Amino acid sequence: MDQSRIRNFSIIAHIDHGKSTLADRILQLTETVSEREMRDQLLDSMELERERGITIKAQAVRVQWKGHELNLIDTPGHVDFTYEVSRSLQACEGAVLVVDAAQGIEAQTLANAYLAIENDLEIVPVVNKIDLPSADPEAAAAEVCELLGGAPQDVVRISAKTGQNVEQVLDAIVERIPPPEGIADAPARALVFDSSYDQYRGVIAFVRVVDGRLATGAPLHAMAMGTDFDAEELGFMSPQRVPVEALEAGEVGYVVTGLKDVSRLRVGDTLTTRRGGAAIALPGYKDVKPMVFAGLFPSDSDDYPELRDALEKLKLNDAALFYEPETSQALGFGFRCGFLGLLHMEIVRERLEREFDLDLLVTAPNVAYSVKERNGAWVEVHNPADMPRDPEEVQEPYVSAQVIVPKDYVGAVMELCTERRGRFDHLEYLSETRVLLTYELPLGEIVYDFYDQLKSRTRGYASFDYDVAGFRDGELARVDVLVGGEQVDALSLIAHRDAAYERGKLLVERLREEIPRQMFDVPIQAAIGSRVIARETVKAKRKDVLAKCYGGDITRKRKLLEKQKKGKKRMKQVGGVEVPQEAFLAVLNLDGERKR
Amino acid sequence: MSRPTEIDQGAIRHLYVHLPFCVHRCGYCDFVTAVGRQDEHGAYAGALLAELERERWRLASAVETVFVGGGTPTFTEPDALRRVLAALPETSELAIEANPETVTPALAALLHEHGVTRVSLGAQSFRPRLLEVLERVAGPDDVRRAAHTLRNAGFDNISLDLVYGIPGQSAADLDADLADALALEPEHLSCYELEAKPGTRFTHAHGEELASQEEAMESYAERVVETLTDAGYRWYETANFCRPDSGRELRAQHNLAIWRGADYLGVGVGAVSTLGGERRRNLPSVGRYTAALGAGEDPPREVERLDAETREVERLMLGLRLDEPLAVDADGRADVLDRDALARLVERGLVERPDGGVRLTPRGRLLGGAVTAELLA
Repeated sequence: MDQSRIRNFSIIAHIDHGKSTLADRILQLTETVSEREMRDQLLDSMELERERGITIKAQAVRVQWKGHELNLIDTPGHVDFTYEVSRSLQACEGAVLVVDAAQGIEAQTLANAYLAIENDLEIVPVVNKIDLPSADPEAAAAEVCELLGGAPQDVVRISAKTGQNVEQVLDAIVERIPPPEGIADAPARALVFDSSYDQYRGVIAFVRVVDGRLATGAPLHAMAMGTDFDAEELGFMSPQRVPVEALEAGEVGYVVTGLKDVSRLRVGDTLTTRRGGAAIALPGYKDVKPMVFAGLFPSDSDDYPELRDALEKLKLNDAALFYEPETSQALGFGFRCGFLGLLHMEIVRERLEREFDLDLLVTAPNVAYSVKERNGAWVEVHNPADMPRDPEEVQEPYVSAQVIVPKDYVGAVMELCTERRGRFDHLEYLSETRVLLTYELPLGEIVYDFYDQLKSRTRGYASFDYDVAGFRDGELARVDVLVGGEQVDALSLIAHRDAAYERGKLLVERLREEIPRQMFDVPIQAAIGSRVIARETVKAKRKDVLAKCYGGDITRKRKLLEKQKKGKKRMKQVGGVEVPQEAFLAVLNLDGERKR
Repeated sequence: MSRPTEIDQGAIRHLYVHLPFCVHRCGYCDFVTAVGRQDEHGAYAGALLAELERERWRLASAVETVFVGGGTPTFTEPDALRRVLAALPETSELAIEANPETVTPALAALLHEHGVTRVSLGAQSFRPRLLEVLERVAGPDDVRRAAHTLRNAGFDNISLDLVYGIPGQSAADLDADLADALALEPEHLSCYELEAKPGTRFTHAHGEELASQEEAMESYAERVVETLTDAGYRWYETANFCRPDSGRELRAQHNLAIWRGADYLGVGVGAVSTLGGERRRNLPSVGRYTAALGAGEDPPREVERLDAETREVERLMLGLRLDEPLAVDADGRADVLDRDALARLVERGLVERPDGGVRLTPRGRLLGGAVTAELLA
């Protein structure tokens, strides 16, 4: 196909503003799928994605419209996947920015729009859901123009749900988004913007050919990772795989690589041919690092091998997932896992529980810390239990956070950000009623309970997004929890010195409620180093015996005893104290509950 | 019916006889009982004697104990009761349960004539308000009168049953009940914490109230033990106390044998037997029981197999209820004891090891359920 007839675009939007519905309508309108084949939100193939209304893994679909080849590159819609979004956008010349007519611009609208602008994309603004009674298309259009410049009449007003005006979006894509301008006879360079794993065919890379061409069977080379493989099959999605002989400059499609390990082909890498290949890779490759860590333990220690297998399988499709074995005295064998962010963590956890039918204990999430040791070397710490008690210096990751909120809540948000050690950066009125606040905040505060607090203090009106901004020095303390005088490794946490007391107190109070009374007093303490900062006691039971036991009762009493014994087996022994798993769960959920 | 073998023949030294009839079923009761049905007492006694005959080959020539329980054995129509007592094998302890309202001079005389040596009187409480909650028929004065009637008939081994943890029972109520019981100078006392068993009418009516006063009543067991031991009684089993009269063994011999792990034969509806590797339970229906034996068949039963390990678990579970050391190191026994746990519990002062045996300390006995669960591997 002549490049002048190709248009490569993404749809970008805040969560639930209708991105996937618009993609569905486009597939129908262009007769890429028949009515009969249509499933709602076809592009989101995972059950979980459909349920949560978000797209986790991006894919690309080719559609035909009025003599043009349009490649729709879907993007993940969440803050944790910013890097993947940026790679998808780099594969495009334009983006359709969808804004909910009732909600207006939200934090992710902004974040995505900025990413699109950074990538020099032509933006086609669309106001969606104009069929809603609460819709205010003019106000939403005005906000969009304020953000992007341009005239309100250039904003396409649609209802993706009913299909109203969706053809205008397709026309605007053809008219306004520039065609690709790759050099057809240059050495091949193709940007990997996504990948997935097929159990029969191995890693399948989704690529945008920038220059040159990729031909079936050609020996290829991934320039950043240095991985070599052959293009076993090339093609495009429609939305099923349609094999072709070659992918030309400007085109979007897939490459079947035969690789058995997703980590050998990372998003953002550049594919070229092994013979006569390009010398310089496409810009922008980044090794994405997990920033949020948590321990994952099977509730039933017998399930450890299942958990390991499940993580291995998930990792095939999720190069950003990190895991390594972890042994906790309290929780047994498990894995310390690294995630891009909290949502990523929740998704992994839910997939493990749902798709692999595992019952998990998840420790409170923490961020990655950078610690300077006595010998002057800097190490990264992923687990509070590994934090040296007296480190030379500790740094923690900070983010640049954008919060959009109705102006009445500005005070509440500023108060929250200040409480959470935020540094004010910027305030801007997006419209008469809505304000954009920018703060620098420690990521550790965000993984604690920031998001939940933000929602509750703004009655759910705030929207929020962040980028990792780098590591900064932190006045941090490691808080340990001791039960019966023995440290419970899984409950250690790292907190800012000013918050350590409160958090330690909360933990021991909750543990006291959850640990059943034993045959002796059980002290529960929170400590920083050897200094106890909070203490509670579970008082000993005074009586635990069945009063009556004669000849007719023996079987029943024995069964009760066996049940009691079995109950003990489910308990974890800490400092000679039987702690039911539920107690850990309740304490670990302390954070979780606040987040939900 | 199992065939007699050399080993089985005459091996059983303890006999339990169940007489299920009651004037009223108390709300907290989960025993096999039958209310009223006076016209059936005779037929039931006939069936019971038929079962006893079918099983008699199992009994030793010198049966050590016989226990007649219920229901309310003494509510059984006198002729039927007389027939049952007359048919029992000769024994050194013949114990029977009685409800106070049934104890008349005539009944006392009947029991005494038939060789009953020990009467266990279901007093439960001396507070009218609490007796009402328990749906007991007898009042406090009935209990006192029954005790005197028995004494006058010549009984020198009387036990009183008390229940504590009754909904609405204060610590002062408990103290008063104990004082009232001690005033009757019984040779033996059984004090049970009220168990609200699931499915009983009582649990339905009082379950929530009981749960709410659980914490307040936690000290009651201690209080009972303290009061009775202060009064000179021996706390020889979790819920049982006896006077340490010199020269007289006042522990309940029948139950003591069971706590020490002996086999026993039970006859009557709902009765349980433990016979070597087998535990069997007659089904609870009086009608089916009488019909089967009338037809010359065994009563309907369920049977549970007990392997050596299970019997050893039971031996520990029961033996640790006593104040005497339990032998644990004898050869040939299944090893069901967690030695680490044993050491831990000794260290915590809940278990002691007199002469290599195992015995729970007073505090250990109050926590007997948890301690036993921990001791078992």
